[in-house]
Amino acid sequence: MASQAAEARPDASGQNISQDSAPDAVTVRFAGDSGDGMQLTGGQFTLSTALAGNDLATFPDFPAEIRAPQGTLFGVSAFQINFGSRRINTAGDAPDVLVAMNPAALKVNLDALKPGGLIIADTGEFTKRNLDKAKYDSNPLEDGSLAKWDLLAFDISELTVEAVKPFGLGRKDALRSKNMWTLGLALWMFDRPREPIHQWLKEKFRSKPDIAEANIAALDAGHAYGETAELAGPLKQVHVPPVESAPGLYKTVTGAESISLGLVAGAQLAELPMFFGGYPITPASAILHHLSRLKEFGVTTFQAEDEIAAICAAIGASYAGQLGVTSSSGPGIALKTEAMGLAIMTELPLVIVNSQRGGPSTGLPTKTEQSDLYQAVYGRNGDAPMPVIAARSPSDAFECAIEACRIAVQYMTPVMLLTDGYIANAAEPWKVPDPAEFEPFPATFLQEKNAGEELLPYARDENGKRPWIKPGTPGLMHRIGGIEKAQGTGHIDYSPANHQAMTDARAEKISGVTVPDQEVALGSTSGKLAVVGWGSTFGPIHQAVGRARRAGMDVSHIHVRHIWPLPANLGDLLRSYDNVLVPEMNTGQFKTVLRDQYLVDARPLTKTSGQPFSITELEAAIGKYSDGIDGNEGGEVPVNDTQLPSPEAMNP
Amino acid sequence: MNAPVKIETTLKDWETDQEVRWCPGCGDYAILKAVQRTLPQIGADPANTVFISGIGCSSRFPYYIESYGFHTIHGRAPAVATGAKLANPDLDVWLVTGDGDGLSIGGNHMMHVLRRNVDMQIMLFNNEIYGLTKGQASPTSREGTRSPSSPLGSVDHPANPCAFALGSGARFVARGFDVSKKLPDVLVAAHAHKGAAFIEIFQNCIVYNKDVFDDFAAPKGAEERQLWLENGEPMLFGSEKTGGVKGLALDAAGPGLKVVTVEDDDWQAAGVVVHDVTNRIIAHMLAELPFGPFPMPLGVLYDDPRPTFEAAVAEERRRASEGKVASLAKLLAKGQTWTVDGTAADPI
Ligand code: SF4
Repeated sequence: MASQAAEARPDASGQNISQDSAPDAVTVRFAGDSGDGMQLTGGQFTLSTALAGNDLATFPDFPAEIRAPQGTLFGVSAFQINFGSRRINTAGDAPDVLVAMNPAALKVNLDALKPGGLIIADTGEFTKRNLDKAKYDSNPLEDGSLAKWDLLAFDISELTVEAVKPFGLGRKDALRSKNMWTLGLALWMFDRPREPIHQWLKEKFRSKPDIAEANIAALDAGHAYGETAELAGPLKQVHVPPVESAPGLYKTVTGAESISLGLVAGAQLAELPMFFGGYPITPASAILHHLSRLKEFGVTTFQAEDEIAAICAAIGASYAGQLGVTSSSGPGIALKTEAMGLAIMTELPLVIVNSQRGGPSTGLPTKTEQSDLYQAVYGRNGDAPMPVIAARSPSDAFECAIEACRIAVQYMTPVMLLTDGYIANAAEPWKVPDPAEFEPFPATFLQEKNAGEELLPYARDENGKRPWIKPGTPGLMHRIGGIEKAQGTGHIDYSPANHQAMTDARAEKISGVTVPDQEVALGSTSGKLAVVGWGSTFGPIHQAVGRARRAGMDVSHIHVRHIWPLPANLGDLLRSYDNVLVPEMNTGQFKTVLRDQYLVDARPLTKTSGQPFSITELEAAIGKYSDGIDGNEGGEVPVNDTQLPSPEAMNP
Repeated sequence: MNAPVKIETTLKDWETDQEVRWCPGCGDYAILKAVQRTLPQIGADPANTVFISGIGCSSRFPYYIESYGFHTIHGRAPAVATGAKLANPDLDVWLVTGDGDGLSIGGNHMMHVLRRNVDMQIMLFNNEIYGLTKGQASPTSREGTRSPSSPLGSVDHPANPCAFALGSGARFVARGFDVSKKLPDVLVAAHAHKGAAFIEIFQNCIVYNKDVFDDFAAPKGAEERQLWLENGEPMLFGSEKTGGVKGLALDAAGPGLKVVTVEDDDWQAAGVVVHDVTNRIIAHMLAELPFGPFPMPLGVLYDDPRPTFEAAVAEERRRASEGKVASLAKLLAKGQTWTVDGTAADPI
């Protein structure tokens, strides 16, 4: 990891694009009604941005309802992208540009916009009816309330209808191309080629060439409009040069994609067919969808009747000699808990992917949180140790998935891979790895009795691992189960000494899992303050620590991938700092684990608003360690309505 | 799937060295023997046979059969078995469950394993009580069953396992009881059926629900109270000794079937129905026949195979893979990509 290089690179921020025509990073938020196709617009803009060689990070933010009532505040769907000519680690704090397709989208997202930022609004949607739905007393485009921003308001709806007129579509269908018109304008604004989007539209509407052409016409019209509007108003073309990257092949991936690819790679490295048992749940379903298209890689996907059956079928497949994988999100993971215990007890390999979301219960299905850490590390009946790995970004999730497969197979154990809604949905550029560089970890199966005349299904190797015995192997018939088993033979055995020994053996096996030593992501290996993160907080922490260091503060960033077992050097490393701050999108769960394991005075910095940390929030928290006020460290990030669609606006 | 090779074994080959831990006199012993008798008969290969169970008295079964065995968790055996069978369709899977395990906590999985038609033999030991947890009423307990959890008698209505199975889409439904000499025949038929084969086995829990099936299972009067179904044979029961031969005839006015008396062996004249195991409607009627006014239908109620889930999944995978090279390198590089030249630093 090139942390030094990263630090040396300039990290300007907070620049206003209307003040500087060549900023090194820009944040754009597309917001509209959930029916307006904003996620699609954002996705295609992301692609063109990646193709232009910028680094980027995205944050899709959409309502839980599939078709929320049109024009309402809670039906607003937004897509934010931060891109630049420098390393981008977060989706950006405050947008420079807000595209608001209707009054509700403006209202929900306005507070987030940087002062002096640009609003692009579709006047065609600012009707009395829509203003009422968005609870506006007067039209904000006209009443001067937007004075602190640049405003570019014009009738996108009408311009779109005009552009697609030659295709003879009804008004309703014509208006569907609004998002493409807007995308065209955005492409012009940031000097992006239209060709890839043309290609994509032709592909997408292959069976309906008319629709493809209409969308292309709308896209081109939006682009052309930019050229004309530049002459008159606040609209300026901005060129963001490509970022410097290691040479190689790149593409954008979301976490759901990279996890799916990582699982396929992991199964191949283990030389096993993969069995994936899943049940539809937000935001984990995307993994099931991706894998069900990869059958030629020896992948069997099984949409089970419920979460429990999904994991149990995966356990059954592992028992029969495949790599069992299951995936879900918090409430679904809770349902799988008992079966995880069975996999721990029978010592079968299994990978469990948990795409965390806001909880408890149904909680916030489409919002992100890191509140399943206790559940992952501790949340089972009995002493049930299980390795836990946390991915920090969409591209990192690929390696984490492989790592989860490796541990599962090498130690005959279930492994939980933690990701979250943010990682699952967000996209970032990914340097396509060369599979030849991965180290294989082929699974082995017992072929003959392992103790002379006797078979010992629970004999252990030097790693504490038991043999994997496939049913169908001649001469190795034996019985396993969730009931306590005798050491070695695996027969039912409730005796006190045996349970003690087996409990110890299970614990030792997991605590002995080899995980790489903890490295410092940014900064030095000792000092005044370590900011310790895990999971998707990587981006904002990294940026915030980078800024604080440039401002002269003695602060370092440590990001932990192996949550359980923890890296062997982590305790000593943490003790080498005067202070340890643990930012998490929960009420302080990893902090508790660190305190428990190392007796260090880890301080929590918590946030549970369903939104990722912003860089400024973290900078402010880090700053408290130098403000000379004792006991001012850590705490809770207050709900920040300006960073995100405000809770009031989202839940009127 | 390869054609299974028949292996020669004896009953002894299927016994394990494990001490059997059911209560003395429990019906499970008889079922165990019947299964150990059946396995040599069908030429089963111990190395290829897997018994998968849930939780409960019945679910200890795998420990006593010298084959592969997986004692899973409460109610979930059908899901585990589905995964195992999808992973290796060549395995000969037997599922062992009970009325609580299979119809209460695991009712959902039972429904789906039947609906999907995963090839396995599902033996549901129905003793109408929770044995292992010391005698609470179960989903098949008759109304008014007094138990520690229903001291005044249970007030909920029992489920009918065979009707449940048919309703779930099962393509093979049979009934037998623990000490019946004909149980191995039923198991042989179940094994011969390719797909999910559901067998309800009435089982005497002598500790918590003693002899509740005696009204039809007791040897005395059995002829009159048991209707053993044979494909292609008329549905006859009773004999001259029990007061005459009787049969079941269609009856549009009643529950669909009625009891008729057969004179001079002329069952045709009496309108007795010939059992056709592929007739799903009749199977529903047989499953629902109230015992008392009617005898207990036993044997194979329904047997009409259709393609199995694991075959469909394998076929789907084959078709999806046809002509495709599974290159990981290609997969990773799929989609819209761009190339960066030059020698910049590693990305963070
Ligand atoms: S409790 Fe009943 S079912 Fe269980 S072993 Fe004893 S007799 Fe058999």
